[in-house]
Amino acid sequence: MIENDLAINLARAQFAFTISFHFLFPAFTIGIASYLAVLEGLWLKTDNGVYANLYRYWLKIFAVVFAMGVVSGIVMSYQFGTNWSVFSDKAGPIIGPLMAYEVLTAFFLEAGFLGVMLFGINKVGRKLHFVATLAVAIGTFISAFWILSVNSWMQTPVGFAINEVGQYVPAAGWWDIIWNPSFHYRLVHTVLAAYLTTAFAVGAVGAWHLLKDKTNPGARKMFSMAMWMAALVAPTQIFMGDLHGLNTLEHQPAKVMAMEGHYESHPDGAPLILFGIPNSKEKRVDYAIEIPKASSLILKHDLNAPLAGLDTIPDEDEPPVGIVFWSFRIMVGLGFAMLGIGLWSLLARSRKKLYEWPLLHRAALVMGPSGFIAVLAGWVTTEVGRQPFTIYGLLRTSESAAPLDAPAVAASLLAFVVVYFIVFGAGIVYIFKLASKTPEAHEPTPDDAPIRSAGITPAAAVLEGDHEEGATT
Amino acid sequence: MSGTELTVIWAGIIAFAVVVYVIMDGFDLGIGILFPNFKVGTDRDTAMNSIAPVWDGNETWLVLGGGGLLAAFPLAYAIILPALYAPLIAMLLGLVLRGVAFEFRWRDPSHRARWDFAFTAGSVIATFAQGITLGALLQGITVEGRAYAGGWWEWLTPFSLLTGFALLAGYALLGCCWLIWKTEGPLQRQCYSYAGRLGILLLIAIAIVSIATPFLEEEYYSRWLAYPGIIATAQIPLATLVISVLFFRSLSKRQEAAPFFYALGLFGLCLVGLAVSMWPDVIPGRITIWEAAAPYESQMFMLIGAGIMVPVILAYTAWAYWVFRGKVGSDGYH
Repeated sequence: MIENDLAINLARAQFAFTISFHFLFPAFTIGIASYLAVLEGLWLKTDNGVYANLYRYWLKIFAVVFAMGVVSGIVMSYQFGTNWSVFSDKAGPIIGPLMAYEVLTAFFLEAGFLGVMLFGINKVGRKLHFVATLAVAIGTFISAFWILSVNSWMQTPVGFAINEVGQYVPAAGWWDIIWNPSFHYRLVHTVLAAYLTTAFAVGAVGAWHLLKDKTNPGARKMFSMAMWMAALVAPTQIFMGDLHGLNTLEHQPAKVMAMEGHYESHPDGAPLILFGIPNSKEKRVDYAIEIPKASSLILKHDLNAPLAGLDTIPDEDEPPVGIVFWSFRIMVGLGFAMLGIGLWSLLARSRKKLYEWPLLHRAALVMGPSGFIAVLAGWVTTEVGRQPFTIYGLLRTSESAAPLDAPAVAASLLAFVVVYFIVFGAGIVYIFKLASKTPEAHEPTPDDAPIRSAGITPAAAVLEGDHEEGATT
Repeated sequence: MSGTELTVIWAGIIAFAVVVYVIMDGFDLGIGILFPNFKVGTDRDTAMNSIAPVWDGNETWLVLGGGGLLAAFPLAYAIILPALYAPLIAMLLGLVLRGVAFEFRWRDPSHRARWDFAFTAGSVIATFAQGITLGALLQGITVEGRAYAGGWWEWLTPFSLLTGFALLAGYALLGCCWLIWKTEGPLQRQCYSYAGRLGILLLIAIAIVSIATPFLEEEYYSRWLAYPGIIATAQIPLATLVISVLFFRSLSKRQEAAPFFYALGLFGLCLVGLAVSMWPDVIPGRITIWEAAAPYESQMFMLIGAGIMVPVILAYTAWAYWVFRGKVGSDGYH
């Protein structure tokens, strides 16, 4: 069975690797697509050129991220079958239709209008182009809707029966299946996370340019917009995250126990363990720094409320505590840091110093990747916290894998690692290059690129000022 | 509507998604395959520009095909995908390389050659893998119970390699004809000269595959070659002959749009032939569409969505193509 375990663990590693890379991209594009819609809408309304230029600036970055999201996404849709075929056979009748709806109502919408959005600025009227931008933004949201419904059903499965060949088939209305108990919370929490991720990425780019030149109108506008998002969405997200946690306590108690590091039950008030090293062999948290009763306060709004621990869960049903404990803390810690930046920016704004405080700008710069790290930490928490199940409480991960030999999966895992690091690594470099360019008064569109790459010698390009290397701007 | 009929409708929808994918991403991938033959500079830029606004939407039909298979025929999805593990992984990685090349090529002009290579390599790998997948499916997959039971390499045979090459020729032809329609000048002339040769290459490949197929399985033989079925099935090679003649004539008459549609006609006939071989199995010789079908509630729920959305999708897709109508320049559209 060791051979079997190795094959399954390789498959898990491959899925974790590919989904983590993939999620970075929609976490960004969901936010940027909406941001672009807002920018274009403001431009149409106010005719202020700053919005038009910011739109074109971020459109170029959006194009790169979106392409990476699409290609890494196709990998996911086929990986359910190639590596998790037993899960696909069993859960297909329920999650299959939801994913089909994702393709029909979201993927085609984004993909169909993307061409006009990126290349059609000079081909269709302003209003029609705005429709294209909106369609892409709405498409990203609809996509999040369906896939999160699928994931939520795996966490809190309802509305099913098991047929004679072991498939989970629909046995209730589709409404109940789609709006399963954890879906509302996961949907709001994840979409807000996408907006926050984008806000801090945009904020960091704005801060970077402000540190070089605090009068640049594009930098000022994007920094201000990003800091509004930070100030408003970070606290909302903390609140929603808390609600999400309460919902998880109700439906997936083992996950919350792992998040909290509660190996033991606490009949009168459980402590909030801030830091420590979970020791699953001895079933305790070593070097724990804790606040007594605070966990009961947060989870049950009662200092003395009893909270069950992992001692009430059979060992074979326990998730890996160490990973979940720490991924949760990373996410929450970053969430509070985001809140801190948001509040700091409000302070600066009230003193009319939003563009004048280099310390704030440096902090915002450092916080640029915070959303990306937080969303990965959050997904690790929820997915590893669901283990050892693929469908919580029903189907184990070890029973979900495809009948592939370890060498086959090892080879594919290696191939993915190599290709992804090269390709997406390059993409990330290009995004940084684009973001390091100063927002200018006449931002080119993505399809100006062919003009510049065809036949312009480096010498001539250097003379053009900030169009160095004959590169596109 | 009965469950039996609903399942047949879904088989039709999945087949439709596959057909649309082959048509639309076929010419995208074909341009990638032919890319090294185009002159660096405006020719390559023009070729890219002819598909840059539409490639993503085109590729999405592949996701509908796969996702639709999972939803409507989960058992088939669960057996076929692990059976074709290596070619499918190769295809996915090829599509990654191809997809990012569109964007990265512009972003990094000093390394344009590297991303041109990725564009071609990705297109060739993805196409070849798709062709192998087709051949492997036709030639048979070992099934035990509800799972694939063959080894790593069952998919790899002379026949599947043949179908791989055939698809390379086919997509290259589609790409070529698309460029004939969308470009002018030297690039278009270059494509006219390729189209004839690719057409011949494809027809040879089709002939070999057609001759080999009936000998793969007893069932294929009796469908295609035994009397009285042969009266109906013989129409397909006959129609292929007619379309081929029309195709070559349209090339010699320097027609611009017609060659593309005749090439599509050839593809269409091949796909009809595939259906003749496979019906009513989803895994030929092993699993019927009804055995693999998802429950009625699942298929019906999706049918409503598909019935509404597919026409809508086709409509806005057609609009997007119309926005980018006309000849492509190397400096964007005008």
